[in-house]
Amino acid sequence: MQFFGGSEISPLPPLPTASGNNAHMMYVFNRNGVCLLYREWNRPLRTLNAQQDHKLMFGLLFSLKSLTAKMDPTNAEKGNLGVPQLPGQGCSFHSFRTNTYKLSFMESSSGIKIILVTHPGTGDLLESLKYIYNLYVEYVVKNPLYSPGTPIRSELFDKTLDQYVRGLG
Amino acid sequence: MPPAAPRSGDAIFANVERVNAELFTLTYGAIVRQLLTDLEEVEEVNKQLDQMGYNIGIRLIDEFLAKSNVSRCVDFKETAEAIAKVGFKMFLGVTASVTNWDADGTSCSLVLEDNPLVDFVELPDTCQGLYYCNILSGVVRGALEMVSMKTEVTWIRDMLRGDDAYELQVKLLKQVPEEYPYKDDE
Repeated sequence: MQFFGGSEISPLPPLPTASGNNAHMMYVFNRNGVCLLYREWNRPLRTLNAQQDHKLMFGLLFSLKSLTAKMDPTNAEKGNLGVPQLPGQGCSFHSFRTNTYKLSFMESSSGIKIILVTHPGTGDLLESLKYIYNLYVEYVVKNPLYSPGTPIRSELFDKTLDQYVRGLG
Repeated sequence: MPPAAPRSGDAIFANVERVNAELFTLTYGAIVRQLLTDLEEVEEVNKQLDQMGYNIGIRLIDEFLAKSNVSRCVDFKETAEAIAKVGFKMFLGVTASVTNWDADGTSCSLVLEDNPLVDFVELPDTCQGLYYCNILSGVVRGALEMVSMKTEVTWIRDMLRGDDAYELQVKLLKQVPEEYPYKDDE
């Protein structure tokens, strides 16, 4: 969803400086809606408490996925709106952009959802999200002390993520 | 940019870090040996191996999806092919073949000619009911459960019991789509 006439009505936010991060924040959810990871690098406005914020984000994505799959003009089979879908089935939406941010989304067939909110000038981040998914596999899934389905507490993962995200865009 | 194509099992197997096959076989053997000593009952050991495999499978699926780039399989036939050709090749270095489809397409057999877990193994008389490779059935079951498929995985043929190959039967019980986890009033 692109906002037309963004330059006259509301100016674009200032471009990030070389030292700043291009990304604002990142969420990782699993198939049951548990927020496994929330990272924040640059978020000036926070309206809800963390719990509600996560639920809102998950609900938004769930609905968007459902909506985009039903509106798909190339898919012959159409279920009813609101009927739960198998992860990965149908078309999957990649991103939406407003005049102040761009939200990029990736879902694996196992239900792991990775969301990255960045500056609106960012290009397509699908490959980057796939790389982050690979990082998740290496640092989190392969860690025997991590119980699947619980929030991630891994300093190494956080550090590697920060480094990678800083290099994006 | 067009999406990356799914990679073949051989390509991935060539790129991942590998471990010495004997170390792998002997480590697995040590696990089974220890379980037999601790639990004593062969049925208990079978169950424990299956549980261990399940715990591996629920994590393995993410690695499989991340490295192999396969898109969502349209039906169970594609899933079985993906497991046999890409999955087994990627993690064990052997390819399985898919046979014995039933009429609905919900049950098939994965046949393994070669199995790295059982090199040097011979079952003694005291362990006759043991499914030595039961960890594999747990892995397949766990991995498929994380992609919304509830399955039942059992051994049909086992070379350690005198058959000529390893045959694993995978039966799809049902597909469980994602439900919205939060209730409306919360």
